[in-house]
Amino acid sequence: MGLLIYFVIGTLFGIGITKSEIVSWFRIQEMFRFQGIEMYALFATAMPVAIITVQIIKRRQLRTLDGVPVAIPAKQNGTRYISGGILFGIGWALTGACPGPLFALVGSGATALLATLAAALLGTWTYGRLRHVLPH
Amino acid sequence: MIEALTSPWPWYIAGPLLGLFPAMLLLAGNRLLGVSRTLRHMCALAGAREFRTSAADWRAGGAWNLAFAVGILCGGFLAGTVFANPEPVAISDATRASLSALGIESFSGLVPADLFSWSSLLTWRGAAIILGGGFLIGFGAAWAGGCTSGHGLTGIADLQLPSLVALVGFFLGGFVGTYVLLPLLLA
Repeated sequence: MGLLIYFVIGTLFGIGITKSEIVSWFRIQEMFRFQGIEMYALFATAMPVAIITVQIIKRRQLRTLDGVPVAIPAKQNGTRYISGGILFGIGWALTGACPGPLFALVGSGATALLATLAAALLGTWTYGRLRHVLPH
Repeated sequence: MIEALTSPWPWYIAGPLLGLFPAMLLLAGNRLLGVSRTLRHMCALAGAREFRTSAADWRAGGAWNLAFAVGILCGGFLAGTVFANPEPVAISDATRASLSALGIESFSGLVPADLFSWSSLLTWRGAAIILGGGFLIGFGAAWAGGCTSGHGLTGIADLQLPSLVALVGFFLGGFVGTYVLLPLLLA
C-alpha cells in the first residue's frame, strides 16, 4: 500500500502533463519564443492553486495520512540556483523536456528520449563527482 | 466519447489540476514533488558512491520516488499512446513558422520526429540535442537542487525565494538554448 499511492499519484501526474501537452517540444518552443499564452496561462493557474493548497496545509498544521505533521524543509540561499538553473534551462530548451516529462515521453512512445534520460543520469552522476569543486 | 478521452486538456483544466499535486504528495506522506531527485536515487541505485544512501534512507526517500516515476511513465503511456491525441499539438502559426525556418518538417506527435528518433541520434546535431541536452538537464537540475516540478511547483507553492531564483535561471538558460544554440545546431 505504501508505494502504491505514489504510483497512483505518479500515474495521474503523468496523464496530466501529457494531456496538457506541456511535455511537448513544440509547446516549450512556443513558450520560450513568447508566441503563445498556453504555457503561461497554465503556470498562472497552477501556481496559485499550488500556493493556496500548500499554505492551507501549513497554516492549519494538517497531518499526513499516517498522522505525521506536514513539514517542508527550507532551502538554503546560494548561487547554485542560478548557475544550475541556467544549465538546466539550456537542456530544457534543446530537448523540450525536463525530468518528469522525460518519463512521460518515454511512456508515450518517444523512445529516443530514453537516450536523453540516460544522458540526464550521466549528468546527474557527473554533478555528484564535481559537487565538492562547484560553488553553491 | 473516444474524442473526449483523446483530446488534449486546455490550460484552464490542466493548470488547476497540476497545481494540486504538491499538496497531494504532502498529505500522502510528507513527500516533496520533484522528479530530478529520482535521477539522483537512480544514480545511487546504479552504485554511484556520491549519492549512496543507507538502506533506511532508501526506504524513506528512494523507493517512493521510483514508484512515482514509474507512475509518470504509465501515465505517459495511457495519455500518449492508448488515448493519444491524433492531432498535432496546436501551437501558434508563428511558432510553426519559426520552427519551419529552423528546418523542422514533422509537426505530428509530441516531439518532432526530425530531431527525436534513433536515426537522428547518429547525426552530430541529433546527438548534441538528445544527449547534450539530456546531460544538461541532469547536471543542471542536480546543481540547482531541483527542476521544474521541484522548484517550479513545490518550491513556489512553499513561497521559497531560492526556487524563484532557480525558475529565473531556467528561463535564462531556455532563452540561450532557444535563440542561440538551436539555430546554431540546426543551421
